[in-house]
Amino acid sequence: MTDVSHKPSPTSQGSFVSLVMRRIQSHWRQIITVIPFFWLLFFFLAPFFIVAKISLAELAIASPPFTKLVEWTDSGIVTIRLVFDNFVYIWEDSLYFDTYVNSLKISITSTLLCLLFGYPIAYAIVRSGPVAKPLLLFAIILPFWTSFLLRVYSWMGLLADQGTINNLLIALGIIDEPIRMLYTEFAVYIGIVYTYMPFMILPLYATMEKLDNSLNEAAADLGSRPANTFFKITLPLTMPGIIAGSLLVFIPATGEYVIPDLLGGGNVQMIGRVLFNEFSRNSDWPVAAAVAIVLLFILVLPIMVFQYFQGKASEEQ
Amino acid sequence: MYGKRSRFLTIMLTLGLAFFYIPMVLLVIYSFNHSKLVPVWGGWSLRWYYELFQSPEVWQAVSLSLQIAVVNATFATALGTLAGLAMVRFGRFRGRTLFGGMLVAPLVMPEVITGLSLLVFFISLNQLIGWPAERGFATITIAHITFSMAYVAVTIQARLTGMGQTLEEAAADLGAKPFKVLTAITIPQLTPALISGWLLAFTLSLDDLVIASFVTGPGANTLPILIFSRIRLGLRPDINALATIMILVIAICVAIAAIVMFRQQRADMLDRQMAEREEG
Repeated sequence: MTDVSHKPSPTSQGSFVSLVMRRIQSHWRQIITVIPFFWLLFFFLAPFFIVAKISLAELAIASPPFTKLVEWTDSGIVTIRLVFDNFVYIWEDSLYFDTYVNSLKISITSTLLCLLFGYPIAYAIVRSGPVAKPLLLFAIILPFWTSFLLRVYSWMGLLADQGTINNLLIALGIIDEPIRMLYTEFAVYIGIVYTYMPFMILPLYATMEKLDNSLNEAAADLGSRPANTFFKITLPLTMPGIIAGSLLVFIPATGEYVIPDLLGGGNVQMIGRVLFNEFSRNSDWPVAAAVAIVLLFILVLPIMVFQYFQGKASEEQ
Repeated sequence: MYGKRSRFLTIMLTLGLAFFYIPMVLLVIYSFNHSKLVPVWGGWSLRWYYELFQSPEVWQAVSLSLQIAVVNATFATALGTLAGLAMVRFGRFRGRTLFGGMLVAPLVMPEVITGLSLLVFFISLNQLIGWPAERGFATITIAHITFSMAYVAVTIQARLTGMGQTLEEAAADLGAKPFKVLTAITIPQLTPALISGWLLAFTLSLDDLVIASFVTGPGANTLPILIFSRIRLGLRPDINALATIMILVIAICVAIAAIVMFRQQRADMLDRQMAEREEG
């Protein structure tokens, strides 16, 4: 019974619990804020600094395969080595440069295609009756919930040389030989537009829903043609939706890995794919980290614009 | 905004829906194809479902993915709700801008960047404190919680602003302490958003390939990792069967979520109408 003294007596335990409870009750706001805040600080922000750190290191035969930036030498002097070679290498190597340019070309074109087709679809939903509208919205959201990977896979079956489209065209006698569609840039465009379209339609729908039809009626009463009304009134007023939707497509599409890999094969180079392969196969971590930092640098401005609009939208509510 | 839908808009809508659904429908139809070559029709059959269920790899992957998805959804809902409350109900506090930024960024951040940064983070952490010794369930779950909680927070924020503060203010006027208001009024009112947030986090986790591929270790294959490794080499009829099952499961989940949301919206609308009538 020697350990009795270590056990807190029932009364002190009770007062300890009530102390904790009182602490929680008086500081609960801070506790609520601090928990998710530190989670994100630890698992979202800190990792980026480590990537930035590695991008400034050199490749080394070690585990993990890069040199240390800060080292204590025997004499007790701290040495800091920053190597910008990785960034110079990316800049000078035409493979990386061209891949960045190609990624941006594909993501910008896909964003415009999503806008071109998504805008009339969103507008059609807004103009539907009260029964059809929620059903149509549901129909747009449903594919967005189904597996992204399987949606991409579904196009492999359609676009393959022996796929549904080629089989159909040959059966109809329109073509004699299958057209090569899978593993081309065309397939990558289809894949991106297909999987990212709901991200364009939903923000567009949200802004169009708030539009006041009386403006259109007033313009029509004053003799404005429908096309003129569209470009002068509807289009400018739906700009927030256009920007939000475009960024929601453009930012992730630029770093896309699955679509260029499955639908582009080895024929379409996009930076997400290069990054993934660089990391898993070559193990040149410093270069891969630098590739990621450059990609982040390209996307940081669009991400900040998106955050600005997101913040403004939630304040307006 | 209602109005007439022009013929052009109707055509675009029809084409759009066809574009969305034809690939999925074909995917499902070909899962019942007896032929080994996916697009060559060989008669109806359940052969690929049978072969799918014979594969222990598939069962292991399904089991791992479901475990991760459930743990992820639960933690992400808790953290996302706390974050949403902090952002909407606590006014200005120090670090709010940084907090808001970190909550929105995972929504658009390319997965390769998130995955890569989390992998190097886990490796550095392992060197520093010896954990995680091996990557798999724990690392994938942490990675998933980190991006899913952002989606949950958006859902919760929308609900918090949508439901207004009338009830909370009434409770405070009647003498309820702020903490009591939170637990007795705010959280119960949030229930539909909590359910849809949980389901959203669950499906996001089941869906993720890229981030899981980065932070997983040898032997820990989630379902998307398994599917990807198989379809990389071309079409596979057993994957069509698997896809059909997944589409069915997710459609049921989404339908439940939609019904819950729809009911809540209707209840809100009724509440508002009642309030307006009483005021008038």
